[in-house]
Amino acid sequence: MSTKDVLLNPLFVNNPIGLQILGICSALAVTTKMSVALVMCIALTLVTAFSNLFISMIRNQIPSSIRIIVQMTIIASLVIVVDQILGAVAYDISKQLSVFVGLIITNCIVMGRAEAFAMQNPPGLSFLDGIGNGLGYSIVLMLVATIREFFGSGSLFGFEIMPLITNGGWYSPMGLMLLPPSAFFIIGLLIWALRAWKTEQVEAPDYEIGGHTALSKV
Amino acid sequence: MSEPKNKDSIKNVLVVSLLVCFACSIVVSSAAVFLKPQRMANKDLDRNKNILEAAGLYDKQAGKSVDIAAEFEKFEIRVVDLQEKRVLSDTEALDLGIEARTYDQRKASKDPAVSKVLESAEDIASISRRARYSVVYLLREDGDIKKIVIPVHGYGLWSTLYGFLALEGDMNTVSGITFFEHGETAGLGGEVDNPAWKAKWAGKTIYNDDGVALKVIKGVASVDSPEYSHQIDGLSGATLTSRGVQNLVNYWMGDDGFGPILNDFRG
Repeated sequence: MSTKDVLLNPLFVNNPIGLQILGICSALAVTTKMSVALVMCIALTLVTAFSNLFISMIRNQIPSSIRIIVQMTIIASLVIVVDQILGAVAYDISKQLSVFVGLIITNCIVMGRAEAFAMQNPPGLSFLDGIGNGLGYSIVLMLVATIREFFGSGSLFGFEIMPLITNGGWYSPMGLMLLPPSAFFIIGLLIWALRAWKTEQVEAPDYEIGGHTALSKV
Repeated sequence: MSEPKNKDSIKNVLVVSLLVCFACSIVVSSAAVFLKPQRMANKDLDRNKNILEAAGLYDKQAGKSVDIAAEFEKFEIRVVDLQEKRVLSDTEALDLGIEARTYDQRKASKDPAVSKVLESAEDIASISRRARYSVVYLLREDGDIKKIVIPVHGYGLWSTLYGFLALEGDMNTVSGITFFEHGETAGLGGEVDNPAWKAKWAGKTIYNDDGVALKVIKGVASVDSPEYSHQIDGLSGATLTSRGVQNLVNYWMGDDGFGPILNDFRG
């Protein structure tokens, strides 16, 4: 696999949310506002990249019996560091993200890439894989956040685009967009769009629906 | 590079896990130590901002132009003794070693010497221990108290909510409420942070002739209701958080909380 593939494949061809269906929890939780989603994306990309890097560096020393615990320890430490830095430089946003920064530890993307890629590949490539998967996650998150903030709050990055009725404007916000289920619908539609474009992502059906017996006999 | 067999030996398992833990603990603890001053400063700033916000002197939307430190200087900070139910003079507070500006009520509530365990009957807000001393923030105009900001806390659904309740000079009308720390469900109980909900508090009154009358009700308060001036719309989908807010108002505004002290101020 070339360096370029490692970095760019996760964007559309092998998107962690779109194809691997990982990291859905935080994609539902932190996408009501673009600014919060952006910080979450940066945090997750950094954690994935560096956990991949460090795990790959010691991959030949990690005993396979405790590899998951070692990966967890490294990921958890990185997440705590990111949380501390956020608390120091972006206090308001770190308050809004609250538990979700901590929950990066349990984000399947980080763990999944460590186990699936970093354990078998050299550090440089693993780092790029982390960046690539972080970006793949970010693309989906930012798309969802754009749609949700635009229709749910009438703004983008906090700048008012459609003035709300409550603020004396004309736009009545879509309450659904502020609630987590809307992200489910949007992600579902995005996956549909992605698979319509990249048809090789469509999985073979688990079973075929048989023809209508009564009609087929006619 | 070590052999696969060697890699899984007990010795290697121990060595690798110890080294990983050691390296990680150094990284984590140095991050925590080096960033602590900045985090603490942010926390103080955020708390002061919330005091200003409760008193209606700071608007998150209007935002950054307000000089928080300068605005906060306008407040007179007084130490109160919740056990003897009175406001301490500055000398008394200093004799107790309490510096009003930096007093940490949460820390004090864990110290048996200056706090007490609440019996379950009196522990309305589910806080289990209450510090003996607390502080109130007074905003005066021509000597008269215009606003008073009171620190409150109580248990919601998952977490203790910490916030400030600000009253007008009549010691009855709510000027504003904020919660600066909580761990309630984002989008449901977490809506205690929502400016639109907090705005519903302004102008409501806490007391009637029988004591604390303010109620966080289920659903929407009707303008026609005789109790309208005491009613706040509950948060939908967050019954237990709403109840927690109700309880903390009952406790801190009641006789065991700041009730008697507010009475003194009322004069």
